[in-house]
Amino acid sequence: MAEAPVTFSPAELERYSRNIILREIGAKGQKRLKAGKVLIVGAGGLGSPAALYLAAAGVGVLGIADGDSVDLSNLQRQVIHATSGVGTPKALSAREAIRALNPEVEVRAFEGRLAASNILEALEGYDFVLDGTDNFAAKFLINDACVIASKPFSHAGIIRWQGQLMTYVPGRGPCYRCVFRQPPPPEAVPTCREAGVIGALAGVIGCLQALEAVKYLTGAGELLTGSLLTYDALKSDFRKVRLPRRPSCPACGEERTILAPEDYGIPACGIAPPGA
Amino acid sequence: MEITVGGLKKEYREGLSVAELIRLEKVETPEYVTVALNDEFVEGGDTETRSLKEGDSVEFLYFMGGGRG
Repeated sequence: MAEAPVTFSPAELERYSRNIILREIGAKGQKRLKAGKVLIVGAGGLGSPAALYLAAAGVGVLGIADGDSVDLSNLQRQVIHATSGVGTPKALSAREAIRALNPEVEVRAFEGRLAASNILEALEGYDFVLDGTDNFAAKFLINDACVIASKPFSHAGIIRWQGQLMTYVPGRGPCYRCVFRQPPPPEAVPTCREAGVIGALAGVIGCLQALEAVKYLTGAGELLTGSLLTYDALKSDFRKVRLPRRPSCPACGEERTILAPEDYGIPACGIAPPGA
Repeated sequence: MEITVGGLKKEYREGLSVAELIRLEKVETPEYVTVALNDEFVEGGDTETRSLKEGDSVEFLYFMGGGRG
């Protein structure tokens, strides 16, 4: 990543002092965060904590894409929104919260829905993408678009008491489609409303996604490329499962057949692992 | 033979196929579950013919959505 000519005010140095003191970040890493642009797709259970922590960390530009409005039932886990924001577009509600937390961050709110027709344009200019969506149509769309546009992204999913995440970096590991070839049919998966999800689980997984973005931007540590981190909140059990690449992957494999993003009409929440 | 399933060591008979393991482990909706065997994915059509050996590591990977709605 090219070093941007970035400077900090005394207030910023104080605000970010706990980051800067970290050996793995330092002034250099903080400059990279400030020069960094992260697109968060979905200001929900995952996107809420991720956006707040990335804003707090001093990421220069945060894109927030969400076509929905805040609903009372969202507030059990979508902590970027407040009761007073019910009925407000989530992208705008999130922007207000980020501005209140850290006015140094430039927020680009996108109130529309990302689709095959607009996603490549929406990704332009961003260094890292965070998938905080709740349906497989969006997850496959984000995967395919990021592979096509050579954008690294963090994938995550949550259901009930379980969550998982992985990070795709172009040329360095499997993509989401290597693991799951195509979206499941609608009847195969319960909706979020039917399945339920515990709020703090969304916080855990969303924060791990924020960490992936911070590590990618600063170069600190190791990313979850080539591995899937799973978390079982009931058992308090984290596991890191190694993920191979699939040479025949239609998105990132040797003979790619997905050369443009595609829309799928599959709203869904997840297939329950045993004990979820 | 001893194999590892989802991180846990388990005892199964020699030559067990991946499909048999899926049934014995009571994997729900296996048609939508990805199977990773050591360092590769097992294609859905290959589970009956793919047999397991001592020391193999099998992971079942489940679709998870959630997050926003």
